[in-house]
Amino acid sequence: MKAAAFAYARATSVVNALELLAAHGDRAKVLSGGQSLMPAMNLRLLSPDILVDIGGLAELRGIAVSGRALVVGALTRHVDLLRSPEIALHAPLLRDAVAHVAHPAIRNRGTIGGSLAHADPASELPACVVALDATIVVRGPAGERRIAATEFFRGIYETALSSDELLVAVEMPVAGHDASFFFQEFARRHGDYAVVGLAARAVVAAGRFSDLRLGFFAVGDRPLLASAAGKLIDAPVTPALLAEATTALADELDPQEDQQASPAMRRHLAGVLLRRCVAALLARPELEAGATR
Amino acid sequence: MSAPVPVSLLVNGEPIDGLVLPRLNLADFLRENLKLTGTHVGCEHGVCGACTVRIDGEIVRSCLMLTIQAQGTSVETIEGLSDNGEIADLQAAFRERNALQCGYCTPGMLMTAQDLLKHPSVPDRQTIREHLSGNYCRCTGYQAIVDAVEATARKRAERRA
Ligand SMILES: Cc1cc2nc3c(=O)[nH]c(=O)nc-3n(C[C@H](O)[C@H](O)[C@H](O)COP(=O)(O)OP(=O)(O)OC[C@H]3O[C@@H](n4cnc5c(N)ncnc54)[C@H](O)[C@@H]3O)c2cc1C
Ligand code: FES
Ligand code: FES
Repeated sequence: MKAAAFAYARATSVVNALELLAAHGDRAKVLSGGQSLMPAMNLRLLSPDILVDIGGLAELRGIAVSGRALVVGALTRHVDLLRSPEIALHAPLLRDAVAHVAHPAIRNRGTIGGSLAHADPASELPACVVALDATIVVRGPAGERRIAATEFFRGIYETALSSDELLVAVEMPVAGHDASFFFQEFARRHGDYAVVGLAARAVVAAGRFSDLRLGFFAVGDRPLLASAAGKLIDAPVTPALLAEATTALADELDPQEDQQASPAMRRHLAGVLLRRCVAALLARPELEAGATR
Repeated sequence: MSAPVPVSLLVNGEPIDGLVLPRLNLADFLRENLKLTGTHVGCEHGVCGACTVRIDGEIVRSCLMLTIQAQGTSVETIEGLSDNGEIADLQAAFRERNALQCGYCTPGMLMTAQDLLKHPSVPDRQTIREHLSGNYCRCTGYQAIVDAVEATARKRAERRA
């Protein structure tokens, strides 16, 4: 199908975009890469009166390191994350994850800001920013707001953004020398939205986790920072302890039923990913199989 | 509200000026306004890849892009790549291996395969499959397409050597 009629405004600056959003309120939609918005409009799931195209705002595109923080502009495209040496060095989790986001032609247009604002629970990047303890930087009529990634996602396609605000950047701590990462997902086909996925950041010292952040996606209405990780921190990880953590994980998940998988299948796959992740990060392959019940 | 807006862009190297409604997507502009019907429209929501074109050298879905978003860009379609001979060898390989049947997916497949073949290294079959993962073919079963892309990659590498 084709999108319904709408008016179009090309924003000339962030300030101009905010003025346009303030003037049109709920009837306006921000257009970044269009890779989620255009499908929704073509399917007539959405029919805004006006699109505010921020795609040309160079000030929102780019990757920079400032002190201990990595700052990624909202209009940074998926393909930029894939190719950037700064991302490979300071946030390799994002590079690993974005290779699973859609297909080359879509990665050439889609942006990180659009992906986070869209907040599809099966999406890779929201889970990554939760695992990386990132901060979402938002600008609105009253100025700037900084929102912890763990507070940003509120439900299916729902975030802490209001209709007169723009997501302008994502900030995250640069990876320390001692940090390690894990990313895997189950999907029907390479590039499809995940059936279940896991993005993790850990600090391992003397064979134990001194930190472990597990960001699961496609297991509920938003990315989940699993508290089951707590069981594995500062403890010797045995098959029995891992089995206990896997049970705790299954209890805290609230997976949806859809054409791809039942809640039981999603709980099972999340457990498989947890075991693979722990086995990989501790370099103890026996844990992956050993904890299968 | 939603009045026609002027747009200027290059299409296959030719300057084009038009007056379009904001809702007109680039695929329809190419097909309806410019009669470049080699760009196919399948799903209109980004899933099938039949509408793939090149903008400033990068492949994109023309069904997910508004014509006005192409303001000031250089668009290349399958007609452009065919006429200038850039993919003559790839097209010949598709013909040889029966990598097309109805041909609906073929323009998008060729655009996407050429995007991979532009890189100097010879891709393995897994890499070819991943690069083409966003392009649906309902006829061939993909094997012959992967064969044709692989054969072209080898030939080009030999020619470079
Ligand atoms: C076939 C297909 C497969 C895909 N597969 C995947 C996948 O496997 N994983 C995945 O994660 N994604 C996938 N995507 C979606 C893709 O990653 C999109 O690029 C992304 O979700 C949205 O980014 P965008 O820049 O295109 O945003 P847009 O489509 O422009 O916008 C999306 C939404 O966010 C809002 N928005 C955009 N930017 C801002 C901003 N700066 N501030 C406030 N609001 C904003 C818009 O108003 C809109 O509501 C797929 C898309 C397609 C078409
Ligand atoms: S028509 Fe554009 S991807 Fe299917
Ligand atoms: S040849 Fe018919 S869809 Fe590919």
